[in-house]
Amino acid sequence: MTAYEKVKAARDPARPTATDYINSIFTAFTEMHGDRRFSDDAAVVTGLALLGSMPVTVIGLEKGHDIKERVARNFGCAHPEGYRKALRQMKLAEKFRRPVVCFVDTAGAYCGIGAEERGQAQAIAENLYEMSALKTPIVSVFIGEGGSGGALGLAVADEVWMTENAVYSVISPEGCASILWKDPARVADAAECLKLTASDLYSLGVIDRILLETGGESVVFSTLKVLLARKLRALCAVDPAELTEKRYDRFRAFGNFLTL
Amino acid sequence: MIRFKKPKNELEGQQKVAKTPRPSIPADMCVLCPSCRKTLFNGDLLANLSVCTNCGYHFRMSARERLSLLCDEGSFCEIGESLRSTNSLDFPGYNQKLAKSAAESGEREGVVTGTATVGGYPCAVFAMEPRFMMGSMGSVIGEKLTMLFEQAAERGLPVIGYTVSGGARMQEGILSLMQMAKVSAAVKRHSDAGNLYVAILTDPTTGGVSASFAFLGDIILAEPKALIGFAGPRVIEQTIHQKLPENFQRAEFLLEKGFLDNIVERRKQKEYLTKLLRLHTRK
Repeated sequence: MTAYEKVKAARDPARPTATDYINSIFTAFTEMHGDRRFSDDAAVVTGLALLGSMPVTVIGLEKGHDIKERVARNFGCAHPEGYRKALRQMKLAEKFRRPVVCFVDTAGAYCGIGAEERGQAQAIAENLYEMSALKTPIVSVFIGEGGSGGALGLAVADEVWMTENAVYSVISPEGCASILWKDPARVADAAECLKLTASDLYSLGVIDRILLETGGESVVFSTLKVLLARKLRALCAVDPAELTEKRYDRFRAFGNFLTL
Repeated sequence: MIRFKKPKNELEGQQKVAKTPRPSIPADMCVLCPSCRKTLFNGDLLANLSVCTNCGYHFRMSARERLSLLCDEGSFCEIGESLRSTNSLDFPGYNQKLAKSAAESGEREGVVTGTATVGGYPCAVFAMEPRFMMGSMGSVIGEKLTMLFEQAAERGLPVIGYTVSGGARMQEGILSLMQMAKVSAAVKRHSDAGNLYVAILTDPTTGGVSASFAFLGDIILAEPKALIGFAGPRVIEQTIHQKLPENFQRAEFLLEKGFLDNIVERRKQKEYLTKLLRLHTRK
């Protein structure tokens, strides 16, 4: 598949969404609502669940299934209150020493009047800031679209995994083509140049694992269940100070430049 | 028979008067204020710290100009100046863009970092450069700022920084996005060590910079009328298909919504920042 074909696959409405993953991998999922400041953002689902016998905090960017649900969930584009709701749950996870699992699937954080009025930039910035030093394990799994800052706001994690046809990019290929080349028709070129596929990101070291999709969704769910349980157990055994040190180093290492 | 004679353009019989040559005005003598559309003399504008003498619009300023206004004379000591961007994704046109930006701005990247004294107080300082790809953040900006916050944390120095940026640098793909997390983590460490960080947001501060270190200051200030936001106004208009209100995403709007501590005009910034540094000094 070309990069742009992957982009289209990542956006396919028939793909399993965050709640599909949550309901298939965990038991006793108990949803928690609201950011305690403004409202409850339906684009972000948060709650508690059991992974096997281990209590975990689960957060997902949810696009919805049918058109009615997709509208209600704003097509998975979160407002600031969505990021604040997620952070509230992460802080509780830290307090109760539960690991956090995030499912990322969004075209990006929402661009609109309300989002700006309530500080979209500040909300995302605060998540990056707090997640970088959260004293409990975080694993983020990209299951569809990973749209820029809106995706990163739930992905400052100890490990970042991606399903085979998910994408993760600083800007949408459409945005890149129209801003850089003033030519929306060059979207496929842009997708290629941005290096947004799972295999590109794996070779750049931005993600740690690719989950193959060839066996169908039930295989993805069962594989992920096993891998997550193993990884979270391992991360929970690490001293919190060492864990955050490693997370810092993980992001500290990103960047390519020359020193003269 | 011709009843009506077609009038000629010139009056008949009149000699063409040679136009007097227009007085030649050097191109850099005057500037048009983008806010009030008044023509200003460059000399007047510079003497007024690049603030419109008519409407008070704060023109964009180079990183070096900012630092020379902020830092005590002769105190600035640059760090990280040896870092250079590289086109590691082989993004088409990026090398040329880097060369062009370097030529236009006289800088090697979109941020200048270093240490200095401000009103006598030792600080770490940074200023972003609007003429270098509109301060878009790639690996070098991320690395320079991370180094600055790390060194400031180690030495117990406050950080004072001026932001101006269109966001992440798409020519560096995902690695530019990762700089947001990298710098934010360094700001957190600097903060956890008990150090002060004052961010001054200038026109424009949007995208990946606003959604990371710009909004992580203990104190967040802005220049009057600066455009500050997550998405740019054009993107929002295209998303919601409606015109945006007049002062939307301007500093005054953000102050009203509770996202800024204050708006400080350029002329008063150094005094204001010196006062803040004093207020964070025991004894």
